[in-house]
Amino acid sequence: MRTTTKWLAAVAVGAMTIGGMTACSSSSGGDANSTKTLTYWASNQAPTIQGDQKVLKAELAKFTDETGIKVNIEVIPWTNLYNKILTAVSSGDGPDVLSIGNTWATSLQSSGAFVPFEGDALKAIGGKDKFVASSYATGGAEGKAPTSVPLYGLSYSMYYNTKMFKAAGIDTPPATWDEFVADAKKLTKDTDGDGQIDQWGVTMAGSSVSNNAHQAFVRGLQNGGALYDADGKPTFASDGEVKGIKQWVDLIGADKVVNPSDAESVNGSDMAATFADGKAAMFFDQAPGASLAARNFTDYAAAPVPMETADATGLLGTQSHVAGINLSIFKNTGNLSGSEKLVKFMTSVPAQQSLNKSFASIPVVTDAYDDPAFKTDAIKLKQEILKDHAQPMPLQVSEGQMETLVGTAIKNLLAQAAQGKDVSESDVKSALEDANSQMTASQ
Amino acid sequence: MTLNVLPPASTESGLPEEPQRSESAPLRPARKKKRPSLLPYGLIAPAALAELLIHLLPMVLGIWIAFITLNQLSIANWVDAPFVGFQNFVNGLNPNSSIGAEFYSALGRTIGFTIIVLAIAWSMGMLGAVLLTTSFRGRGILRTLFLVPYALPSYVGTIAWAFMFNRSDGAINHFLVDQLHLFGGDRPFWLLGGNSFWAIVIVTAWQMWPFAFLMLLAALQNIPGDVYEAAALDGASLWKQFTRITLPMIKPANAVLMLIMGLWIFNQFNVPFVLFGAASPKEATLISPLIYQQSFSNWNFGLGGAMSVLLLIVLLIASAFYIRMVLPKPKPGEED
Repeated sequence: MRTTTKWLAAVAVGAMTIGGMTACSSSSGGDANSTKTLTYWASNQAPTIQGDQKVLKAELAKFTDETGIKVNIEVIPWTNLYNKILTAVSSGDGPDVLSIGNTWATSLQSSGAFVPFEGDALKAIGGKDKFVASSYATGGAEGKAPTSVPLYGLSYSMYYNTKMFKAAGIDTPPATWDEFVADAKKLTKDTDGDGQIDQWGVTMAGSSVSNNAHQAFVRGLQNGGALYDADGKPTFASDGEVKGIKQWVDLIGADKVVNPSDAESVNGSDMAATFADGKAAMFFDQAPGASLAARNFTDYAAAPVPMETADATGLLGTQSHVAGINLSIFKNTGNLSGSEKLVKFMTSVPAQQSLNKSFASIPVVTDAYDDPAFKTDAIKLKQEILKDHAQPMPLQVSEGQMETLVGTAIKNLLAQAAQGKDVSESDVKSALEDANSQMTASQ
Repeated sequence: MTLNVLPPASTESGLPEEPQRSESAPLRPARKKKRPSLLPYGLIAPAALAELLIHLLPMVLGIWIAFITLNQLSIANWVDAPFVGFQNFVNGLNPNSSIGAEFYSALGRTIGFTIIVLAIAWSMGMLGAVLLTTSFRGRGILRTLFLVPYALPSYVGTIAWAFMFNRSDGAINHFLVDQLHLFGGDRPFWLLGGNSFWAIVIVTAWQMWPFAFLMLLAALQNIPGDVYEAAALDGASLWKQFTRITLPMIKPANAVLMLIMGLWIFNQFNVPFVLFGAASPKEATLISPLIYQQSFSNWNFGLGGAMSVLLLIVLLIASAFYIRMVLPKPKPGEED
């Protein structure tokens, strides 16, 4: 009896252990079935996650028809994407193909977890010559084989409400920062006479760390500063940066042309909503077209982001970073050739035309511009900005960390300004010095 | 209370029990009972193995991470990440560096936060439990209702609070400013600046108090009613009954409740993360979100690991001290 019980127990223990082990191994993938199906992590480009799902599902059905490879699409919100990628890198268990913000390209390249596009891999996706050169340059650090290729092209421009401009007697959009602030003051007013301002000159997402970092980059360069020096050392508190970031914070503080409540706003998409509701007249954004269309809002136009002087060129004439979404292949993919086929498909002319139309972004493949949809003024404006007035975000390994530290510092400065505290130039400087010291301490 | 279920189990699991055996089987001393059976070990092996994998291994890994340089360069192959000794502790915990200063201010703030939330949640739970021990019409409905914040997924509840705290169209400012005309018509911020600390206090207390309520209710129901009757006959006031009967009689349950809740509150992460995103306002940065920020936003896992280790030590010392001082000691006869 006792022996029987012992045996039973032993068998039970053994069964449970083996059960546990098989459960582990089946989740790690790599078996025959997984080669037929690819997992693709997509970034959120449409107004909603469901919108992205719908667009990508329709497009990738064509890919499945062509190749017989199924694609499992997961659309990941921007707030999670970076962390999810990081987790995938550390565990080695991730998607086959993934979208990344192109400003992360160098940081992610340094992890060594992604397939470099050179030699056969580059040939398999159709070579580098099909891409727009400035977008292709965002794929990784200079002098190294890129680990990502462009997918959607974006750039900041200024969107303004044409009706409000007309009502305020403003004929042309502001070209310089001074004109921009002056116009914003004209547009900030109490329209219904209840003593409360209900129409603001500008709207921003003050708690969005990445939006803040982009502004630090552009406003800093316009004022002759830079986030890194020529040797790649962080210089967040350089004079030009301090001046540029002070201009941005002053929009809430000294100039009072932004609703203080905007300092709470975490998502960039809040700006398009505020703008479409007629609560603000201007904002800087990359591709709000789809969000505005979803709200049936059409009374707007796009113009270049204002500069210090109307004719600024070179670094002083920066209006945007070379923004966009890139595609990478995870090194641990069980199906490299299938993944390469997917990247080739996504960067083919027909897919570029249809996807960029859906997401209101611009193609990164030269031949895709034949489509009349990409010959409109708005698209031409973005192309011109990318050609003459855009610089890639610093191609530094620590770029991701810089965005967090500088973006958070600006978030806190905006919060102070929103609560009615004076934010002086020395406040800005000390906040940036603080961020800079965290950067050097953790190198 | 549920605390007393453990000791009897060990007597049936084949462990030697000297006095009983020697009386009942005097002719065959010690031989049979000394042979240890493998069965109990076999039975707990899967659980022990799972415990090892799920709890201990990650903990050991977390401590290891504090001693290596783990960032985007080394994360893909973290087994080979360079060992740097105490460098992460020096960088992260030096009070003169900006990172260290942030850590210590967050630590102090978290201790204050824990005490305040614990006081609010416990008082509300106690009040609710005392009120609902007496039976009256609708008691069941109230009991269910009180548990809603605890039953709701943490994220869902906090997202609702985030909408309510919104400065321009949130329910809270609508009530305080538009209805009650407080603050002179000037809408306060709840998600920025000094008020953001109180925002996380309010939401955390709201989430925690039903747990206190539930545990205290169970404890209160173990107090026999005739004790109160006797006290009432002797002329004890309600307050006196509460302090002299209720509190001492629920002390064991209460002590454990405080410990568990204190640890939960100290490690609060979800609420600030949902309310503020990855970067909390300076005035409301608690220790767990700070570690998250160092690890996941700044890609500096070594530093995050060093902070976690220090936090672990602080909590271990505090818990050990608390357990020795406050938790009831087993009476001489019950020792195991």
